[in-house]
Amino acid sequence: MKYVDEFRDPEVISGVAREIARTVDPARHYRIMEVCGGHTHSIYRHGLRDVLPENIELVHGPGCPVCVLPTGRVDDGLTIAAFDDTILTCFGDMMRVPGTKGTPLELKARGADIRMVYSPLDALRIAEQNPTKRVCFFAIGFETTAPSTALTILRAQALGITNFSVFCNHVTIVPAMRAILDSPDMRIDGFVGPGHVSSITGCRPYEFVARDYGRPVVVSGFEPLDIMEGILMILHQLHAGEAKVENQYGRIVPWDGNPPALRAMETVFELRPYFEWRGLGFISQSALSIKPAFAAYDAEAIFEIPGVRVTDPRGAQCGEVLKGVLKPPQCKLFGTECNPEHPIGALMVSSEGACAAYYRYALHAEAVEA
Amino acid sequence: MTVVQPARKTPRFADTQIEMAHGAGGTASRRLVEGLIAPYFSNPILQAFTDAATLPLGNVKIATTADGFVVRPLRFPGGSIGELAVNGTLNDLAVSAARPIALMATLILESGLPTSALESEIEAMAIAARKAGVSIIGGDTKVVEHGKADGMYVSTFGIGTVDERATLDPASVRPGDQVLLSGPIGAHGITILLARGDLDLDADLTSDTRPVWPFIEALLERCGAGLRWMRDPTRGGVATSLNELVRGSAFGIALFEERLPMHPAVRGACELLGLDPLHIANEGQFLAVVAPEYAEAALTAVHGVPGGEGATYIGEVRAEPRRRVIGINGFGGTRVIDMLTGDPLPRIC
Repeated sequence: MKYVDEFRDPEVISGVAREIARTVDPARHYRIMEVCGGHTHSIYRHGLRDVLPENIELVHGPGCPVCVLPTGRVDDGLTIAAFDDTILTCFGDMMRVPGTKGTPLELKARGADIRMVYSPLDALRIAEQNPTKRVCFFAIGFETTAPSTALTILRAQALGITNFSVFCNHVTIVPAMRAILDSPDMRIDGFVGPGHVSSITGCRPYEFVARDYGRPVVVSGFEPLDIMEGILMILHQLHAGEAKVENQYGRIVPWDGNPPALRAMETVFELRPYFEWRGLGFISQSALSIKPAFAAYDAEAIFEIPGVRVTDPRGAQCGEVLKGVLKPPQCKLFGTECNPEHPIGALMVSSEGACAAYYRYALHAEAVEA
Repeated sequence: MTVVQPARKTPRFADTQIEMAHGAGGTASRRLVEGLIAPYFSNPILQAFTDAATLPLGNVKIATTADGFVVRPLRFPGGSIGELAVNGTLNDLAVSAARPIALMATLILESGLPTSALESEIEAMAIAARKAGVSIIGGDTKVVEHGKADGMYVSTFGIGTVDERATLDPASVRPGDQVLLSGPIGAHGITILLARGDLDLDADLTSDTRPVWPFIEALLERCGAGLRWMRDPTRGGVATSLNELVRGSAFGIALFEERLPMHPAVRGACELLGLDPLHIANEGQFLAVVAPEYAEAALTAVHGVPGGEGATYIGEVRAEPRRRVIGINGFGGTRVIDMLTGDPLPRIC
């Protein structure tokens, strides 16, 4: 398969692994954060730990859309499904995220009309097909998915569809990275930078990491070879005493991003003054809301949403794991009360969640015993 | 009157309601069956949790199995609910090394179902049964209100005689045994997913539904004594079947991921949708654990049957890690391969 096979070629990957082994300073411990949940998933799915030297520690970052969504926002979104003649739509990842009164899947089994979609355009189609219902899309995600939500709102407007709305939870990655860099626990040597987010934003937004914090950022793809190469590029920078932004994922990521997508976002969204992140707390200017000009499509303007704040379940240490302070198995609930079938925190739900990736794939000492 | 108290060794089923995942064939299905249903019916034959129940009758050993079919859509590239209802039940017998004798079928029909659609399925059942050389000797027909049964549901019951040339027993599996897979995986599940049309994806792919008895018969003839365990990896896929084998055992299984045969469209769809092909349902494949000294003969036997050319060894039984199925890729990266959790593709059979 093109764009897959060549990036999983065993010989090439083994070659980069040998190069990494030659490059590392055995006397030094390296802490490298992979920002995206997609990276975390790929690292465990492909067993990259097995081919990396032990003194390279991979720290899992905050780039998992459902993981960073606080329980209060999940509850808020699910209240929409309780309104009469309303269909709530969301991505598959959201279906198993626990709110206080259950997951969307459990609510659906009890009769709520909640449907899984692969794209916000599917939600818009459901709205077209059900003119007597109000159809709301539970939008989550970083800059990767925000443009498609923006374009869907623009299309709804162009088509004159009035029974469609968006519960907007889009967040932006840079403030989250800054929050981690400013955290007193921060001991990160370099970043495997976001891949798909950067296909929209380009690489420039990370320049502050290199400039102000002196840490290398290598924007990297998600195949095993991409991640290995990204790590090698970070090592080269560290050893040369450099800190700059590099682009390993040039086949997808233009240095300046995707201007039409950015324009669509700018047309529809504006920055919220602040937004709550699971684990990271309130971060200013870190999330998007729908501009007043598009209020007709803004679920927060249409439905009465309680705006609740809910603390994480007792004992769950999702926040520490999200910040990279704890490894998933160090959480008290990991593998016991919290497992993929009965997730207590969102990190155990999404395939991009660090806990789910560990639980499913990790075979090392950290792995939970069957 | 005494109240029947279920005999329990496994944890009680604690979920408060039934959800689609309980029918997906993975961990949730297992908890439902073992935690709620089986404890009430508790008996040694049931407790073995095999694809077919075997019991002695005079001096022959009989295998029986029942299966329900609720696939949506009713017809899909490569098959239909009627054909699936015949092959699915025959295959449960086949992997128990049982030569099928006869089937019975129950039809639950929805008011408003076009007669032509019903007749197509009856014909599909007849053709599949004739191909397999079995008769459909009875059954039942019920009709429910419009909107209650998605056109039709089919339930089949099968009976066969166990071929004593093989002694299938998970307890006989030991390190060094080889894991044989009959052909490419995931075709059925992905075909159904695409046939629903929700994804706007098209692929040149058909369901793999077929009877597997001809392959098993060849295995029994050539190397029956070398067969330790067999399973048809339907709901939950190869990963779930193999995890069921290693549960509570003293061994694990290593799969060599590069050896897994699959159609490029299955691979592409799984990459695109974030699914693991090892979790996707098959309707015309089987897994066999074969003693190493019989490995070559077994592969030759399956290759010799038309449609068996794609058979290959995908892994081996290992002493460690115990009770785990692990995947090893081309550059030596390893991962755990777990049972299916959740419900990626509902109502595929």
